[in-house]
Amino acid sequence: MVLAAGNDARGDDGIGPALLARLAALSLPAVVLVDAFQFQVEHALDLVGADAALFIDAHLGQADAVRLVPLQPAGAVAVQSHALTPAEVLRVSLQIGQTPPPSWLLSVRGDDFSLGAPLSPIARSRVDMAWTQLCAWLDAREVACQP
Amino acid sequence: MRSDLETAANRETLRRVAIDPISRVEGHGKVTLLLDEAGQVHEARLHIVEFRGFEAFIEGRPYWEVPVMVQRLCGICPVSHHLAAAKALDYVVGAMPVTATADKMRRLMHYGQILQSHALHFFHLASPDLLFGFDAPVAQRNIAGVIAAHPDIARQGVGLRRFGQQVIAATAGKRIHGTAAVPGGINRHLSATDRDALQAEADPMVAWSQAAVALVRKLHTADPALYDRFGAVPSSLMSLVRADGAMDLYDGQLRLRGADGTVLRDGVPSHTYMDFITEAVKPWSYMKFPYVTDLGPEAGWYKVGPLARVQNCDFIPTPLAEAERRAFRAYGAGALLHAPLAYHWARMIEMLHAAEVIRDLLPDPDLTGGERMAEGPRAAAGVGVIEAPRGTLIHHYWVGEDDLVRWCNLIVSTTHNNEAMNRAVREVARQDFNGRTLTDSLLNHIEVAIRAYDPCLSCATHALGKMPLVVTVVDAGGACVDQRVRNG
Repeated sequence: MVLAAGNDARGDDGIGPALLARLAALSLPAVVLVDAFQFQVEHALDLVGADAALFIDAHLGQADAVRLVPLQPAGAVAVQSHALTPAEVLRVSLQIGQTPPPSWLLSVRGDDFSLGAPLSPIARSRVDMAWTQLCAWLDAREVACQP
Repeated sequence: MRSDLETAANRETLRRVAIDPISRVEGHGKVTLLLDEAGQVHEARLHIVEFRGFEAFIEGRPYWEVPVMVQRLCGICPVSHHLAAAKALDYVVGAMPVTATADKMRRLMHYGQILQSHALHFFHLASPDLLFGFDAPVAQRNIAGVIAAHPDIARQGVGLRRFGQQVIAATAGKRIHGTAAVPGGINRHLSATDRDALQAEADPMVAWSQAAVALVRKLHTADPALYDRFGAVPSSLMSLVRADGAMDLYDGQLRLRGADGTVLRDGVPSHTYMDFITEAVKPWSYMKFPYVTDLGPEAGWYKVGPLARVQNCDFIPTPLAEAERRAFRAYGAGALLHAPLAYHWARMIEMLHAAEVIRDLLPDPDLTGGERMAEGPRAAAGVGVIEAPRGTLIHHYWVGEDDLVRWCNLIVSTTHNNEAMNRAVREVARQDFNGRTLTDSLLNHIEVAIRAYDPCLSCATHALGKMPLVVTVVDAGGACVDQRVRNG
């Protein structure tokens, strides 16, 4: 399962949707795709039955252009936010009695989140870099990253 | 309540305390407390940075794109923007009224949105921190006890939210980025398969919602000294109501009820909102401060949202929610409740109402068949008003003969509640600030007061990498004397 969050009308926040759209174009039957403006509690339900999950989101502050890391459930779920982090989604999964699948986070640095802006040129190049890592992640799960 | 909080004299002698959840793009809230030399809270300001540039984002686009593109404005209630835009543009295409099928499909979609949004709060009730901080005095810890006795809250909260989103997906086409509501009507029917699937789950959703109301009522009545007074700011209440006074979250006319319960204005056609409401500007805030024009800014500000709607209507047209509304009003013994924490109770009553509406609408044959579109004489402008989960949402468009949007104006629920939230923060801060240091307890209480209004602080974009909460204390001389960082 690949879950991507972001708003394609908000500049580099569209990194996640851009990667998901590229993946959707391959029509891979073994991969379930979930798109979202932001991660929320219901995504814990989406994880049911998945062998593995990859969360994709833009990241404001990370130093690396692209980072792929294993993900563990958060210790607690923040209560004041309208959005959850991927680790908080895993925490919700535990909270409602599920066992979340092995999960990873693919985060891609974004710089410009202006309303109405397209992906910035640097973000487009990072999407290409992230695509390589996304395909490697799928390959490790015996899913070929091609139509 | 003191009236001099807004424009303190001799500001140069005040100490400035900034509570700043630094988030990454926009949509963050920041609280500034201005203290006098004695360390007392003299002025409080809630800064909310959002919705700048949205009108420019829309202007110049073809009108038929608008109901889809406005969903990008808010990631938490896109359906409300979708429907408000479609309602406004119904005027432009002369679809007055829309067909029965369009009206019912949109209503089903809208009540699905209300249900899924309010359910998120029900889920978060699993953490007593939502309602009061963990540092609350022992007398308030019973909140945690009540919560602990209801271990299914989280599961049911997620289940209710999922059901609401299934309703949205079945009516709008997708869970997000729906396209069903179009100027003049709706572009799809509800499939029989979706109807049957939703009907199979509708009764448990009503039952869970009923239990949610009971839980919040129990929390509220367990500690009335806290729930009735914390951050309370009496004000007028504004919402749409149906012509017969019933709660109607999709359509109606504007009603303003005074803080004492008297109906001050009634039957105000929603398309006349520009004559009814003035949006004041203050130099320290990007967000405007609306008030009812003929009452003036001091007397004319108001609250919107669940607390306003439940107390503004004469009745709720579904039996279980109406019974809970009566219990809510009976608790107030004839007086209106103005405490922010009462929003939670009202919100759950509305969730129950939404569950009942969905259950009762689903068998309607107009959903699965019938005319979807209407048309009539073209108009240059249209206003769409809807009661979004957080309160009254207004969309207003002028469209040129070339079909491009020439001008638009959006007033969102958080803007309507701006004055009330500022005053609630002041009340809490004045009560809890010890005059010396900024404590975690005070931060918690301020956050709880703001959260009760459920402001839309984070619109549409939620990348990772949020910064922590940073709290800074600056003395009257401008020096930073204290700083706290809360990891987000």
